[in-house]
Amino acid sequence: MKTRHIVLAVFLALAPIATLAQSAGVTESMLLNPPPDSWPTHHGDYSARRFSELKVINDTNVQYLSLDWESRVTGGIPADAPPGRGGLAGNVRVAGSPLLVNGMLYFTANDNAWAMDVRSGRIMWHWYRESTGNEPITSNKGMGMYGNWLYLITRDNYLVSIDATTGAQRWIVPVADPKQYYFSSMAPIIIKNHVIIGTGGDSLDLSGFLQARDPETGEIQWTHYNTPREGGPGIETWPNEYAAAHGGGGAWVQGAYDPELNLYYYGTANPNPVYAPQSRKGADLYTSSIIAINPDTGGMAWYYQASPHDTHDWDAACDTVLIDGTINGKARKLLAQASRNGFFFVLDRTNGKKIVAVPFVDTENWSKGLDARGEPIPDPAKEPSLGGSLAWPNAGSATNWPPPSFSPQTGLFYVGTGEGYAIFYLTDTDEHPEGYAGIESALGEGPGSIKALDYRTGKIVWRHDWPNGGSAVGLLSTAGNLVFCGNANNLVAFNARNGKILWHAGLLGSPNAPLTFMLDGRQHVLVFAGDTAYNFVLNTPALAATTRAAAKKPE
Amino acid sequence: MKSRKYAVLLSAAALAIAAIALRAQTPAPPQNQTEARPQIPASTAETPAPPAPNPPPTVGTNATIGATPAAVRQSGEDPAAVARGAEAYATAGCGSCHGATGKGTDIAPDLVRSPLVEDDTKGELIGAVLGQPHPKNGGTKPSLTDQQISDIATWLRVQVYGAAMRDTYQYLNIVVGDPQKGEALFNGSGKCNSCHSVTGDLAGIGSKYQPPQLQSLWISGGANARFGRGFGRGLLTGNGGMLADTSPPEITPSTITITVTLADGQKFTGVPVTYNDFYVAFRDMSGAYHSFDRRGGWPKVEVHNPLQPHWDLLKHLTDDEMHDVTAYLVTLK
Repeated sequence: MKTRHIVLAVFLALAPIATLAQSAGVTESMLLNPPPDSWPTHHGDYSARRFSELKVINDTNVQYLSLDWESRVTGGIPADAPPGRGGLAGNVRVAGSPLLVNGMLYFTANDNAWAMDVRSGRIMWHWYRESTGNEPITSNKGMGMYGNWLYLITRDNYLVSIDATTGAQRWIVPVADPKQYYFSSMAPIIIKNHVIIGTGGDSLDLSGFLQARDPETGEIQWTHYNTPREGGPGIETWPNEYAAAHGGGGAWVQGAYDPELNLYYYGTANPNPVYAPQSRKGADLYTSSIIAINPDTGGMAWYYQASPHDTHDWDAACDTVLIDGTINGKARKLLAQASRNGFFFVLDRTNGKKIVAVPFVDTENWSKGLDARGEPIPDPAKEPSLGGSLAWPNAGSATNWPPPSFSPQTGLFYVGTGEGYAIFYLTDTDEHPEGYAGIESALGEGPGSIKALDYRTGKIVWRHDWPNGGSAVGLLSTAGNLVFCGNANNLVAFNARNGKILWHAGLLGSPNAPLTFMLDGRQHVLVFAGDTAYNFVLNTPALAATTRAAAKKPE
Repeated sequence: MKSRKYAVLLSAAALAIAAIALRAQTPAPPQNQTEARPQIPASTAETPAPPAPNPPPTVGTNATIGATPAAVRQSGEDPAAVARGAEAYATAGCGSCHGATGKGTDIAPDLVRSPLVEDDTKGELIGAVLGQPHPKNGGTKPSLTDQQISDIATWLRVQVYGAAMRDTYQYLNIVVGDPQKGEALFNGSGKCNSCHSVTGDLAGIGSKYQPPQLQSLWISGGANARFGRGFGRGLLTGNGGMLADTSPPEITPSTITITVTLADGQKFTGVPVTYNDFYVAFRDMSGAYHSFDRRGGWPKVEVHNPLQPHWDLLKHLTDDEMHDVTAYLVTLK
């Protein structure tokens, strides 16, 4: 009896400490140097490489990767959902990347957020809010975490802060008006005490922006419009301020951050009206561009425009991957993007100067070389037209927001690509066209591949062409000489150096980008496919023996 | 200058009303509401001055692209009210400043991109503006009945819907090519006639499809022509998709087929159900289902895609050539 009391007393004394340690949540140092048992920001770290140093699971044993658990989530059901929707009500797709902090996974689907115990798949809490607006269907990419507070932006443009322990909503603040068809989907990125979010909208030619919010109150710290205003740099690339202020440049990917340079890198969305060129003659800065932003002020340090005067809805809304590499024998701070227009770009991330700009798809047909800044020159003949213009890539693009991966071990940039094409028609010939102002008639998905590019040249070192097509998919590379990605409903592991398939698992949906971490002495690979999380661990004969031996050890 | 001040007045009013509207539906956040709605900033923040007669606009009044019939249908608004609204908008002369389709001119703001119009649900906000002295009328109230105001509001909401929803857009006349050149290409370098005949499979195709559909069809080779894809059709029948289809597959000239060769030399021909790096599943010509693991390099799988020539053609087809062939096919009534 006494011993039990003592145990209880010790437990009680320790309990507050444990709670405190947990409530510390995500710290700045954790974001700068993520511990191997965590995934504290969208891409695991600020570089957006989606590369893990872990190599317990590697090219010699990945064939023993086995399911540890799976766990399915059901979304909230709108109050006015008609009865008899069968199994569809509550169907969700977890499209973005979960966070992993203190053994808890935090992830979202549109209108929903969850916490899940990563050791078992047990759902700890579920947050749900019905969307109110006119926004189009999008894929929420996930959450950001600061201390013990989670942040997500809803598709109808509200920034929500949630208590990570309880799932209770702390506050909700509006970011943009859903009645104007603004939509939001990016996972907030936490940099120091800034919650960085973005929004935009194509339907009514809005002005997309990035914004920093206070993590405690949600108050605006700065707003950066992705198109200029009168007197600002770049305004000369628009006919007038009105066109620029209705010129798009939405913000819906996550970006990357270099703490040394204190620059946040971002790929902006397309200009507006989306398919009509006549009311926005010029390059339309800073749409479809890679921009570098000071996260403390919102000021722009430099830009590189991936698609000057984009008329195909390509955006430059893809991940910007930070590479510390070597070019011509010199150590360089680089940024790489496989862009939706089919070009692979490598820039000097200190100044935005182009180092590489080459197509990474076989079919790109819209550019006429590079201009003096090293940006692709669009062929005006491929702008949407009355009779239709046949262009590669289509608006679904050569790749898209599912994240690519870069392995410093192999020096290869891995990306999922497709060769889809479309006929682009102009349907609004007025002086002031509006909205999309055209129709993209997408006709073929085309062949699809995983490609491994040499970051120094953009040359394809290996490629795997999927037998039945494919397109953009989320990737992960590891120091175990592995690349993980999805194809149809399969999670596939490749040898990172030569592209040989080493392992796969058939899931119930298309996998998003996996994550990996060490927990309880084992390396895990975790992936969401549709509404289900799958957690994989190694069951090699050797590891099984070690585990048995450990279990037999006396207390 | 004057016209800009008027634009400022209206947009300021719009901002104020919209801010109130937004606040009303917002879960009470402690912050500056106007920040929630990006506006053209700074230079427009002048003191409104009394309006003066406007010069006639030089752009925008001859706009022709507005909400399509599909937009009226899908918007859920009463089509009769939309029609009355269009008439009232025209009769009251709104279009002479705001443009024939409401998209604005160089002297008056765009009503389709107006936050006030977007926030309006049944004329309460638009009516409030039209019920006030309107600068265009020299500061007098527009002479519109309540019904007309309501109808104009309805028409405007449909214009917004029509601009925003791209599935309501209408193709313009896409037949811009030269049918004679198209015919020459069809029978010449395009080699279309090596598989197709204008008196056979393509007879009367110009009357079966609208030109945009026709162009998509011949470019892609048909609805199922997803190059390298198009698999997975025809495995399950109706009955809630619970029964496997075991009837012989229907083979059309565009059906993708595969030949599967086992390690022992045995060969199957069929229609693919799934084909990836790990296994192949197909129905043979009798309808029987087969699946094989193919990780050991066997069986060998050969895909026959009769639409491959379309894909190959596209790589060097110019847009002019595409338009010419479409113009020719349109004549095949």
